Amino acid sequence: MKRLIATAAVLAFSAGMGWAEETVRLGTEGAYPPWNFINDAGEIDGFERELGDELCERADLDCEWVTNDWDSIIPNLVSGNYDVIIAGMSITGERDEVIDFTQNYTPPDPSSYLALSKDVNLDEAVVAAQANTIQANFIAEKGWTLVEYATPEETIAAVRNGEADAVLADHSFLAPIADEEGDLVLLDRQERIGGGVGLGVRESDEELKKTLDAAIQSMKDDGSLNELIKKWDVATTF
Amino acid sequence: MFEFCTDPETLDSARWLACYLTTGKHANFYISFGTVLLLLAITAPTALAFGFGGAMAARSRVWPVSWLGKAYIALVRGVPDIAFFLFFVIALDQAFEWVRHQVLCPDWDQPIRQGNDFVVCAAAKLPLSSAPQWVHEVYGFFVAVLTFAIVFGAFSANVLFGAMRAVPRAQLETAEAYGMSRRQTFWRILVPQMWVYALPGLSNLWMVLIKATPLLFLLGVEDIVYWARELGGTANPRFTAYPHGDWRTWYFLALLVFYLLFTRVSEIFLERLMRKLTHGQATTGGMAQAKRGGA
Repeated sequence: MKRLIATAAVLAFSAGMGWAEETVRLGTEGAYPPWNFINDAGEIDGFERELGDELCERADLDCEWVTNDWDSIIPNLVSGNYDVIIAGMSITGERDEVIDFTQNYTPPDPSSYLALSKDVNLDEAVVAAQANTIQANFIAEKGWTLVEYATPEETIAAVRNGEADAVLADHSFLAPIADEEGDLVLLDRQERIGGGVGLGVRESDEELKKTLDAAIQSMKDDGSLNELIKKWDVATTF
Repeated sequence: MFEFCTDPETLDSARWLACYLTTGKHANFYISFGTVLLLLAITAPTALAFGFGGAMAARSRVWPVSWLGKAYIALVRGVPDIAFFLFFVIALDQAFEWVRHQVLCPDWDQPIRQGNDFVVCAAAKLPLSSAPQWVHEVYGFFVAVLTFAIVFGAFSANVLFGAMRAVPRAQLETAEAYGMSRRQTFWRILVPQMWVYALPGLSNLWMVLIKATPLLFLLGVEDIVYWARELGGTANPRFTAYPHGDWRTWYFLALLVFYLLFTRVSEIFLERLMRKLTHGQATTGGMAQAKRGGA
């Protein structure tokens, strides 16, 4: 009997604490295809949209999507305007000091250079990257000339109109652009930076992190994550 | 939207354009014009009210009030807008939530500040995290209005403060000679006469306010510049049924036309208002008007 009461108490407690009745707000940038973008209907779409919806279903969470500017995406998370960052954000030590990451949902993936011609000498070149990204940090550490832009789109435009000689970004973002536009080519050189992409959560949200970790793990285990990665062509598979 | 839009690739250019311009994404773009106009319509009077309050406080004979008014004007005018919009808004939002937290969850035992995190009880969240997205958007919009009003209120406070001092001393002395109290002099003589001095400065502020709306996206409100950038950016055929190159120039050109038209209409309106306010005033403009027989 005692055990029964204890079990009931645990059940009641966990039901009360359960996330199912609370809405989890997912924050994304909406400007980084194929990871996340706004489709023709004006809705958030892409790899992370499908991934997020699937994770929420598996974790039995009630999820809501929000777009936010990349530059203020971390401050708005820690002040509680949304609960999860799902925006192709690579796991880095620097970010980990401010927020927590779940396990990665894509493996560490190469970053590529996109330029107008193959023979760019990076040591002397002006290289573009989106501000506050692992790529921007990488270029700065290398001591190359870096120009930063607020959105991914602007980094490409900078190369196209000659403001920069090359742009460094995730391979999955640059590849479709190189396919589509004949005058832009990918350099052979690639960089291995970052620890894969994970969901960002507040450091105090230990429980949500565990829930999402478990959901990601279950998608890794049954292979559905790999399928999704292949479908959107965002990275190598696990 | 149109029936023939199911397969855009097969369409001729006129129909393609018709379909392209009526996608859901474009609808968001058109709606954002309304958002911007609504924001201006609410912000302008609110900022003016803030400005009036600030100027009145700065003129006060009670020194803490005057000190407060002057501090408001000086501090807000000195801080760059972008810093204000990035940090102040988050602070403002947190202040609201902190107050609600103290009232609604008195027996909460965890600290509100946990490292970088700001954690209040679920009931104190503003809006509640279970609220539908539109509530969040409306809330964001009003935080934006408030922030704009505070910033532009400080500038207009300075303009009004100057305008109040520009009213000829003789007018006020005459009022006193008629036995009016300080309050009566202020409301009956000073305030009606100061607008003519304030209007050039205020109309400048209005023009700046019109152009400051792209700061909205920093607050999570999707404004016309955000959508123009988003829609004009290169559209890759893998991700859209309407692929195109970098069309941002065209979208920004459309915005240019919008802003120019808007400022032109404002100018015409402000000019008329100026003429009306000048009427019967003891200023050069007012005298000239009277001489022409405008009275």
